[in-house]
Amino acid sequence: MTKDTLYNYTLHLADNALILAQRNSEWCGHGPVLEQDIAITNISLDLIGQARSLYQYAAEVFNKKEGREATEDSLAYLRDVREFKNCLLVEQPNGDWAQTILRQFFFSTYQYGLYQQLQQSTDATLAAIAEKSLKEVTYHVRWSSEWVIRLGDGTAESHDRLENALDELWMFTGELFTPAGYELDALKAGFGVELTALKAAWEQKVNEIFAEATLPDAASRAGVWMQTGGKEGVHSEQLGFILAELQYMQRAYPGAEW
Amino acid sequence: MNTVTNISVQKIWSILEEVCDPEVPVLSVIDLGVVREVKVASVSEEDDVEVVITPTYSGCPAMDVIRMNIHMVLLLHGYKNVQITTVLSPAWTTDWMTEAGKHKLKAYGIAPPNPKQQVCNTHLFAEDEAVQCPHCNSYNTRRISEFGSTACKSLYQCNDCQEPFDYFKCH
Repeated sequence: MTKDTLYNYTLHLADNALILAQRNSEWCGHGPVLEQDIAITNISLDLIGQARSLYQYAAEVFNKKEGREATEDSLAYLRDVREFKNCLLVEQPNGDWAQTILRQFFFSTYQYGLYQQLQQSTDATLAAIAEKSLKEVTYHVRWSSEWVIRLGDGTAESHDRLENALDELWMFTGELFTPAGYELDALKAGFGVELTALKAAWEQKVNEIFAEATLPDAASRAGVWMQTGGKEGVHSEQLGFILAELQYMQRAYPGAEW
Repeated sequence: MNTVTNISVQKIWSILEEVCDPEVPVLSVIDLGVVREVKVASVSEEDDVEVVITPTYSGCPAMDVIRMNIHMVLLLHGYKNVQITTVLSPAWTTDWMTEAGKHKLKAYGIAPPNPKQQVCNTHLFAEDEAVQCPHCNSYNTRRISEFGSTACKSLYQCNDCQEPFDYFKCH
């Protein structure tokens, strides 16, 4: 029971990091200016690093349980859409720069609170990964916050684009704080994080940055329908396309190495 | 631990001085501070060696190469049973870098991390860290980009000598 929970919980954290990394990496060579192209792909690299640590641990947990050989690669490259447990937010398309920035800001702010709590996890490996990753996420929060302000409080054009991004993405933020079954079990078992407790701090940070960005605060969107399902494997149409590209090589040439 | 093993441990630490960071080849893994521990067990005629390392950044692609190079260099010195273990906690910071490493970085043209971390927080639009130009020693420099050519560096330019340079950023 706990092994299943630990496996699913770790996979969920890993999938969030991998899918957002894959999305951000689509900007490689297409960033609005060279420095920001490098920034967004550096953030991808940090997230891939976190995903690797988490997949390696998930594979270790799985192999102890099943006596079979899962690896970080098999978990990333050989699972299908329904087996992925990432939240819907991270799989949403890049859109324009404003949409990419806002998605990163929402997610990094969430991940910052999550990893802060996870550092106290009773699971020593998860705690260590959180401690390590938090330093990187700190950079991501600062960088994306600055960009939200720069765009929101910038020109009429950049402000409009950010508002459009907000319309697109807000409905996926509720899922971050709606625990899946394995998250509740993880909390009960002592190694998980109380998500509902993270929500207030997340909203406060969002409101603080939105105020500077001249955007309406979170309360103005209180009635918006929140879409969930990703954490339980019920994804938007987007994830299939992401995996088709991400997994192409291993699917076409199984076991290929270079 | 017996004396023979102690000598072996010392010897392996000095061998590891030969393993360089592939991205910043002027630094050894010892300078960089990524080797946490060396353990030697003399159970049979051949020593079992365990080297415990820690990554600088989670996604640092150099770690795989470093792992392989540690294996290679120890093999060259006759150690066949080598295990390399990765630990994440306590997380690496630039404080783990040796003073010798910082001097080597500067001589190589990369500004070493400042001794006191100044901007490792979520404060927005923080003032650029005062970073000394590794070429002309001026502090009149400015940050061009927070993210640089590798995960561990940001890009600066000197306002006096105009040279752009990498800064091994606070972490």
